[in-house]
Amino acid sequence: MMGAARLPAEFSDLERFVHDWCLDGEPQRYAKRLASTMDEIQEFYDAIMPRAEEAIRYLEKFPIDDLPDDALRLLKLLYSLIVISFPVEIWRQPQIPDTHLAQFELKIEPLP
Amino acid sequence: MSEALKVPKQAARQYPKPPEGSWTEHYSELDTDPVSYESSISPKFFELEREAIFKRAWLNVGRVEQLRRKGSYFTRELAVAKASLIIVRGMDDEIRAFHNVCRHRGNKLVWSEDPRVETSGSCRQFACKYHGWRYELDGKLSFVLQEGEFFGIDKSRYGLVSVHCAVWKGFIFVNLAEQPAQSLREYLGPMITAIDYPFEKLTQRYYYRGDIRSNWKVFLDAFQEFYHPPILHGRQNPVMRQADYRDKGFYTSHFQIDGPHRVGSTSGGAGGKLVPEFYNPIEQVMRSGLFGPWDASEIVTGQLPPGLNPGKKKNWGLDSFQIFPNFAIVFWETGWYLTYHYWPVAHDRLIFEANAYFTPPRNVRERLAQQLGIATIKEYALEDCGTLEATQMGLESRVVSTFPLGDQEFMCRHLNRVVHNWVEDYQRKQAEGR
Repeated sequence: MMGAARLPAEFSDLERFVHDWCLDGEPQRYAKRLASTMDEIQEFYDAIMPRAEEAIRYLEKFPIDDLPDDALRLLKLLYSLIVISFPVEIWRQPQIPDTHLAQFELKIEPLP
Repeated sequence: MSEALKVPKQAARQYPKPPEGSWTEHYSELDTDPVSYESSISPKFFELEREAIFKRAWLNVGRVEQLRRKGSYFTRELAVAKASLIIVRGMDDEIRAFHNVCRHRGNKLVWSEDPRVETSGSCRQFACKYHGWRYELDGKLSFVLQEGEFFGIDKSRYGLVSVHCAVWKGFIFVNLAEQPAQSLREYLGPMITAIDYPFEKLTQRYYYRGDIRSNWKVFLDAFQEFYHPPILHGRQNPVMRQADYRDKGFYTSHFQIDGPHRVGSTSGGAGGKLVPEFYNPIEQVMRSGLFGPWDASEIVTGQLPPGLNPGKKKNWGLDSFQIFPNFAIVFWETGWYLTYHYWPVAHDRLIFEANAYFTPPRNVRERLAQQLGIATIKEYALEDCGTLEATQMGLESRVVSTFPLGDQEFMCRHLNRVVHNWVEDYQRKQAEGR
């Protein structure tokens, strides 16, 4: 689908992840991590991790409280990268081992 | 006389202990015997803790930044004291605490949707949802509907029931005693009040909350010893995955106690100093990780704020100040801090709160470094949450009654001692009819 670009043009290769991984808050991102398969997580990681440094450099140019919409979406993809880096780099599964009943939730977080 | 410790030579050199040979023996109020955890599995002991500790100690309930304007308020549900409190900034800018109970027929005064859930907001006065009695922000009863129907009511005698409230460095404390034995500053003592940290500059706040099936002390103990991280959290961190840590363990560089409070300090760990293989790939990209952002904030450029690194150790990494009974502040090398609160609900359940505070990020790179820091906290805390529910079950089986604590678990032993001291003191005073 070639609708209106939702990310800055330089990052059009990541457009296909916007629908699933551009999420508003940490609770939504963590829930998405737990609801995803490792294949889905790995695919997103493999696509965005090599672009992360470039994305940070691109976003650094803007005042943090005045990001254009497309830049803000890119930032939210980086937030999702942080949340799914643990399953990829450490656990090899979406959930932390031995924590099935434990809950520890982020209730307040800054914007953006 | 206990047997001397056998610390490997290198560790003994790197992490010297006091002349007595151990941190534990350095403090005469502590012994080296195995410790009973009956106090963590007994509902009866929990009832004593409510009265002896949580209704007598100064308890931190938040920070002044949560009450930005005149009329700002928040409520706290303190299950351990069977109390609900309103904390409010008055029209005179004074911060006060009241029991959240209408004087008319006892209805909870301030709540929204669910009376069991804490709330916050801003108002000019409090109005009861039941019969509309109204109170000023300083607690005075200002309005009684159909006042003439009451039999000679003197409104000045029906103000909200106030709770002792005091502020130290922006931290709001309450004390539920009728007359606290000490002022807040006396209670905090010289070690804590020596801390002169610019808390007001760290306004970028993240707040975590968990409902956990373990005793509050069993849970707290995991956050006041650094003996477990290389094992329980060993998979997460390439440094801790090294044979060095897994086989030799980790040593705390400094312990200190002051009255019921204590501190443990460890060596530095903020990233960027070791070879890249010692960091997860995401840590290298975001320049952050377990010890928070790698790049120091303005808070620690130049001199370290007074009161930190009380042991004056080189290669300082963090201080974990444990303020009795259930509050902790952890200061990190790169200029940010964390607070923990352990709110008992029952002998086998607590609400665990963690707040992380940073200086406002100046750009996206700093923002992401903070975000990875707080994401890492969650990965570690969840491992603790899962395991400590298992510990509670193990203790409750009562097959073992006492447990050996090592010198690295100095702070756990101290908390256990202080809790018993406070309970025994309370029982003695009860018996004497005081």
